[in-house]
Amino acid sequence: MNAPRVLVYGYGNPGRQDDAVGVMLAERVEKWVNHHGLDWVETDQGYQLNIEDADRIADFDYVIFADASVKNIGSCLLETIEPDPRTDFTMHAVEPAFVVGVCEKLFQRKPRCYQLHIRAYHFEFMEEPSKEALSNLELAHREVLAFITKLGFIKEMTANQ
Amino acid sequence: MGQKITIEPVTRVEGHGKVTIHLDNEGQVTQTRLHIVEFRGFERFVQGRPYWEAPVLVQRLCGICPVSHHLAAAKAMDVIVGAGTGDGLTPTGEKMRRLMHYGQMFQSHALHFFHLASPDLLFGIDADPKSRNVLALALENKDLAVQGVMMRKFGQEIIAATAGKKIHGTGAIPGGINKHLSQMDKEHFLNGKAPMNIDSMIEWSQAALEFFHHYHEHNVGIIDAFVEFPSSYLSLVRKDGALDLYHGVLRAKDQEGNIILHDIDYQNYLKYIDEEVRNWSYMKFPYLKELGNDAGWYTVGPLARMNNADFIDTPLAQHEFEKFKAYNKGKLSHKPMHAHWARLIEVLHAAEKMKELLNDPDLLSGELVVKGTRQHEGVGIIEAPRGTLFHHYKVDHQDQITLCNLIVSTTHNNQPMNEAVNQVARKLMTGKKEITEGMMNAVEVAIRAYDPCLSCATHALGQMPLELTLLQNGQVLHTRKNR
Repeated sequence: MNAPRVLVYGYGNPGRQDDAVGVMLAERVEKWVNHHGLDWVETDQGYQLNIEDADRIADFDYVIFADASVKNIGSCLLETIEPDPRTDFTMHAVEPAFVVGVCEKLFQRKPRCYQLHIRAYHFEFMEEPSKEALSNLELAHREVLAFITKLGFIKEMTANQ
Repeated sequence: MGQKITIEPVTRVEGHGKVTIHLDNEGQVTQTRLHIVEFRGFERFVQGRPYWEAPVLVQRLCGICPVSHHLAAAKAMDVIVGAGTGDGLTPTGEKMRRLMHYGQMFQSHALHFFHLASPDLLFGIDADPKSRNVLALALENKDLAVQGVMMRKFGQEIIAATAGKKIHGTGAIPGGINKHLSQMDKEHFLNGKAPMNIDSMIEWSQAALEFFHHYHEHNVGIIDAFVEFPSSYLSLVRKDGALDLYHGVLRAKDQEGNIILHDIDYQNYLKYIDEEVRNWSYMKFPYLKELGNDAGWYTVGPLARMNNADFIDTPLAQHEFEKFKAYNKGKLSHKPMHAHWARLIEVLHAAEKMKELLNDPDLLSGELVVKGTRQHEGVGIIEAPRGTLFHHYKVDHQDQITLCNLIVSTTHNNQPMNEAVNQVARKLMTGKKEITEGMMNAVEVAIRAYDPCLSCATHALGQMPLELTLLQNGQVLHTRKNR
């Protein structure tokens, strides 16, 4: 049995303080993936999601979108995404569910998609995220590693490695 | 006291803005204003940073056109390191940057036309918003929707091959570029499996123009008569008058088509252009000093570039340019919806230019960087997808940036967008007590023709719900929200 293809896609603006946590998560996961030679896991980063990401996710079995969140969710929250029936579209407001919806409509593919919300607090023009957001990032990172590990294709390794 | 209609913010327009429409007691439109509700702050963020960081830092302004900011800042820093003003780079440096820029122009315009504008065209301005969007487009014309996505992807791949990662693009550096194009990338873009190769992109660009021509033929009322008002136009042109999206001299034409800014060196832009602050908007209002702050406003972007250029130096786009000029009887087009036409001509031009560059051996080898006598002030100007983008910096003896002034395309187009909204409002909202979905979208369509990026103009993150409020004597008569 082949390992499933997994994409971890972090997005946000690294110049806007806590907005960077999605991108930072993808960077951390990338290091972990490279360290363990997991060629079935990929990462990607962007300032924001775009419509062509519908094509980007089409060939994966699992996709995790990671982004900063201002919702009151605790430290982080991983939730399932269903294709969004919403109809409006702006370049700044492309939500993961919209990308999944376009993927399904245009490319007839429906990867299992999740959104990882990482609680963020400050969005000024600064490059260093707040301590609280970095702490949440750490927990989110563990969550993603646990998710990938649970897929069952990593032997003799813990998520903390 | 009269009535006031507020549209807040505008969907499928970047960033966060609102529109207020003031009516008098007789229901006549007396004033319209496009408000920007966030404030500027990015210039301060850059101050104190070493100058060589600017091309990377400014990409953080906005995720819509980071490449344009990257290149405009790099061009300004070319001046700082003594490498001249845009045309002083090595052939490899300039051509790699141009390839990056045409990739950006191609993907940005493709997104705008296929996924922001075409739903309006296909389904009509009055259509239910549930059927006026990209998913409905996919059902109605799947090929068009897929082509839009794949053209975006192709442009993004060109950017990745020339600038590096999407988030941390570092391709352009002061005085040049930091890498060559790889042979593998060249082969991929030229001869990759269809449709992901440059010939397919050219073919699709032509097909998009055919789609537009067919639509225009059957919908003259929307493309020609929806909005029309006289404007001056500003853009870069090449020294010989050709359309040039990467570098050139500044040219402006007045409403009659007379050249009023005669192909000047943009290092001296402050002699000719000033910015006015108005108390009701956080966005500045630039104007040509020669015409004064009331009459000196102008339009930038694809329509301005078509109006200002004498010719295009790629054959297929030149053919389309001639059609555009012939249709407008050799005069300026003052029809904002013609910007969609102009945008598609630029898509084709960008595709042709990319092919030309991909076949150029200078991209694979050659010197990457030049340097000269250190300067303390530099201006970089580029034609971004939405229009002319100004970056102006001063750098001290410790290499730190002490001044940063940015004038982005959407700021240049501030007054024209207000004019467009005003015209739509007068046409559709006079005497009305209730706001229909069609009215809301008509205002948006007028603004959308400029492809504005309000986020960039105000340097703010954007959220885009839509709310429109009608007021009379300060009392809300009707509020309408899209979501």
